[in-house]
Amino acid sequence: MAIQNSGPTLVQGARATQSTIFLKILMAASGAVFIAFVLLHMYGNLKAFNGHDAYNEYAEHLRELGTPMLPHSGALWIIRAVLILSLVVHVYCAATLWKRAKKARTVRYQVKKHTGAIFASRMMRWGGVTLLLFIIWHLLNFTIGKVNVTGGATNDPYNLVVDSFSTWWLTVIYLVAMAMLGAHLHHGIWSATQTLGLTNSDRTRKLAKNSAFTLAVVIAGGFSLVPIFVLAGVINK
Amino acid sequence: MKLTLNIWRQTDANDAGAMHTYQVDDVSPDMSFLEMLDVLNEDLNAKDEEPIAFDSDCREGICGMCSLMINGEPHGPEVTTTCQLHMRSFKDGDTITIEPWRASAFPVLKDLCVDRSAFDRIIQAGGYISVNTGSAPEAHSVPVPRDDAMRAFNVATCIGCGACVAACPNGSASLFMGAKITHLGELPQGQPERDSRVTNMVAQHDHEGFGGCTNIGECAAACPKEIPLDVISQLNKDLRTAIKHGH
Ligand code: HEM
Ligand code: SF4
Ligand code: FES
Repeated sequence: MAIQNSGPTLVQGARATQSTIFLKILMAASGAVFIAFVLLHMYGNLKAFNGHDAYNEYAEHLRELGTPMLPHSGALWIIRAVLILSLVVHVYCAATLWKRAKKARTVRYQVKKHTGAIFASRMMRWGGVTLLLFIIWHLLNFTIGKVNVTGGATNDPYNLVVDSFSTWWLTVIYLVAMAMLGAHLHHGIWSATQTLGLTNSDRTRKLAKNSAFTLAVVIAGGFSLVPIFVLAGVINK
Repeated sequence: MKLTLNIWRQTDANDAGAMHTYQVDDVSPDMSFLEMLDVLNEDLNAKDEEPIAFDSDCREGICGMCSLMINGEPHGPEVTTTCQLHMRSFKDGDTITIEPWRASAFPVLKDLCVDRSAFDRIIQAGGYISVNTGSAPEAHSVPVPRDDAMRAFNVATCIGCGACVAACPNGSASLFMGAKITHLGELPQGQPERDSRVTNMVAQHDHEGFGGCTNIGECAAACPKEIPLDVISQLNKDLRTAIKHGH
């Protein structure tokens, strides 16, 4: 096939768990946790359409999940721990594979077409960085810091949502982030099925790609409804 | 046809290399891409210039020796090998940029020639399969279901050209490896060493400096043998199974 040289030697004592594919399996598994989470989170957000009390009751129910078996907010903290662990794993693997890919081609092409690639697939890394920044801001906004950009109260979840998204630029930030999330999921969901080895035929690959697109639109679209309807004044105090 | 060619020139592995521009007149649309380069080389020879080094062997599209990144696409704009690409795929007056495969695991030896022995070592790492040697066994003694045989045959058409690596934004050789893994994995003869084969090949792939796959799909679009993306899923599944079996 090619000229023999004195290049790298054969690997001894190979371990499947030390491979790039194993890192991808970890990414897919942590990604699957995120998919389940964003689906539930989106569903919860839509309670805003049922008004002030329904929304705040839902938020309180989340904290009572599993009580009295678990302490108040116990289940919520378990979910948070799983999410934080998943995020650490996901970002660690992403960074490791990113570095590796950069080393795998150090001289770039003068001319390169991207036949066969969709835009979303080439945006995964920078899109992921954007999502990470968004996640940090989002937690400061609604969970840890509770920032009310209108200067109003922060102890009422529903009112905080309405105040936040009545502010046009905050709504724009969220909508951009949801477009990024949609793109990440459009490629990510199909990619995860492929990484987990579930798409071993033309038929299952097409099914996975179509499902990924549909789910991405449902999730990103579902999340976008509340900010849009608040800004439009349909959801109000 | 008259063409302007931008070609990567590099005297040896240690040279920095640069693009050079050449004019070729009198190109017939019936020439293959490599014949067009042969004509240019005869011209350079006549002028006492160093001819452009590029790989080829069978020129029938079956050996996998030819390469070339042509206007940003491995093996050029058609789904075929560079040796089977014809100049009728281009227009009079076109500018064509020709570069070597770019991957750290495929170092440039000279001009457009790269060292693809990393692929040989991945195959070598895959190791042997347990079959009895001696006289050929009775063909019916090991039944192979039709669909399995078809899939094994289809992916066995991989000629190891490296276009998948050249196209991949991550410089990954997953499509090549997936083709090899699927080829043996679909057949009864490939079963005894199935777990160790995938573990060793993937470890060798990583050791050679190929990147990790992110399922972008530029590999399958570039493959002259139309190896489908599902072989990468198969590769991932086989590795996952190997992990489950303690590898
Ligand atoms: C809500 C947040 C997120 C979700 C739902 C999510 C989901 C996913 C999924 C399902 C995959 C596919 C795994 C695979 O290919 O097998 C993936 C891949 C990836 N994610 Fe995320 N992710 C999120 C956040 C992030 C963040 C914060 C980063 C930050 C760096 C990131 C970077 C990546 C990268 C680089 C890939 C690999 C690209 C690929 O496989 O094609 N993701 N993500
Ligand atoms: S999978 Fe296709 S592109 Fe890759 S080495 Fe084999 S024949 Fe060439
Ligand atoms: S020279 Fe053999 S495939 Fe092109």
